Amino acid sequence: MELVSPGIGLIFWMVVSFSILLFVLTRFAWKPIMKMIKERETSIDEALKAASKARQEMEGLQADHQKLIDEAKEERDGILKEARKLREKMLDDSREKALVEYNRMLDQAREAIENEKKAAITELRNEVATLSIEIAEKLMRQKMSEAEKQDSFVRKLIDEVKIN
Amino acid sequence: MAYLKLDFITLSDCMAEKIVRFLFVFLMISGVGNLYAAEPVAEASETSSEHSNNHGKEKFDAGKMIIEHVIDSHEWHIAEIGETAISVPLPIILWDNGSLVMFSSSKFHHGHDSYKGYRLMSEEPYKGKIVKVTTGADGQEVVNSELPLDLSITKTAFALLFSTILLSLIFISVASAYKRREGQAPSGLQSLLEPLILFVRDDIAKSSIGHHYEKFTPFLLTVFFFILINNLLGLIPIFPGGANVTGNIAVTGVLALFTFSLTTISGNKGYWKHIFNAPGVPWWLKLPIPLMPVVELVGVFTKPFVLMVRLFANITAGHIIILGFMSLIFIFGNMAPGAGYGASLVSVPFAIFMGLLEFLVAFIQAYVFTLLSAIYFGMATEESHH
Repeated sequence: MELVSPGIGLIFWMVVSFSILLFVLTRFAWKPIMKMIKERETSIDEALKAASKARQEMEGLQADHQKLIDEAKEERDGILKEARKLREKMLDDSREKALVEYNRMLDQAREAIENEKKAAITELRNEVATLSIEIAEKLMRQKMSEAEKQDSFVRKLIDEVKIN
Repeated sequence: MAYLKLDFITLSDCMAEKIVRFLFVFLMISGVGNLYAAEPVAEASETSSEHSNNHGKEKFDAGKMIIEHVIDSHEWHIAEIGETAISVPLPIILWDNGSLVMFSSSKFHHGHDSYKGYRLMSEEPYKGKIVKVTTGADGQEVVNSELPLDLSITKTAFALLFSTILLSLIFISVASAYKRREGQAPSGLQSLLEPLILFVRDDIAKSSIGHHYEKFTPFLLTVFFFILINNLLGLIPIFPGGANVTGNIAVTGVLALFTFSLTTISGNKGYWKHIFNAPGVPWWLKLPIPLMPVVELVGVFTKPFVLMVRLFANITAGHIIILGFMSLIFIFGNMAPGAGYGASLVSVPFAIFMGLLEFLVAFIQAYVFTLLSAIYFGMATEESHH
């Protein structure tokens, strides 16, 4: 029976010590511990939230980055295309110009040659005329050295003119 | 996950509790029976020993030994070597008719002497109690039937104070570790206890009470760690462990009383309405004869009563079983020394097994007491959904 009959003294000490324990632990242990645990939990929570936000931002940044790269690529391609076009155009232009110049120069050369040729022909003709006159003169002089020969020839000439 | 864990624990708890209760009842019957049966024998041997003057051959009484180990006492008996008992004397504090009397329990010389007119009785009807004695005309001491109020620091009270100081030191140092290591991961003792603290807060307080859990968490934490540390200290066989604190009905009774008071104080309108005018119950169960209110009101008192008995019985049972196994060695040893050694081969492994089971029960009972307290608080503060 002693086992199940509570002692008054022990009840007294239990009430006293447990009340003190409850007060001391609540005041000096549980309150600070609970506060710290809660603070740590909120800080971990916030850190996780911040991390996920940062990740999202990173993803956004990466997307932006990609977009920028894509845009830059497109622009580069555009520029290159334009440059190629321009080069071709320039090449075409210069080729055309060169052809025109070439043709012009060819024409000029041809003209000059023609002129030279004409001048040469004229000169040659003049030269030939002078030469033939001289030859004729010399021939005449030789032939017309005698008076009668001169006379007969003149006559012959007059005759020829009369017939005509 | 939490529910699974909870179910598992309650299941294993139920099983352990059933086994322990069964063994407890069994050993109580056999132990107490033994005690009563052995008493005349002890007396007989005492009288015969007085004649033969042979004190050394006192018969070993298992029931007496076990009961003496699990109940409270005025001195802390550690061992007995031959005739001399090694024990720690404890202060005797008596409140006798308005005057405070204090002296050491060693003055009683283990119940052989009286001191200042007080005597520690070792026989019924005042067994284990301090009584006032007056010397009669014939030189014989006469026991005064009026007992002084005994507020002595007994073995259990001493262990109680010791564990209270130990708990305060542990948790104040843990609290200071939290302050010192703010924003860092827990370390050392702090990291050992944090899971338990969080377990009590999240899986006991938060899940059973709900919104108002923060108000009750300090009490639940205190109760949990108080029961746990006393259960564990009770498993250590040497001083200052080994006292049967949580297996003492006064201690568990006061714990249950705290739970009862807190439940009653924090009970809201819904809680009282549920007791006196339970919704959903036919009127004829309430009106001419208030059957349901009476049942509910009895329930208010049986809940803490069950808390008290469960913890007391579980822990005491564990102690009794271990002591029973130890006693077997000496019972057989009394028959023949060889039989005692043989019995030890069986008893020691069983006692070790029981020790491990008690280690589990130490946690389970701390958990169950705390969980049930939390559930009662939850019932008292539940918001009505009607």
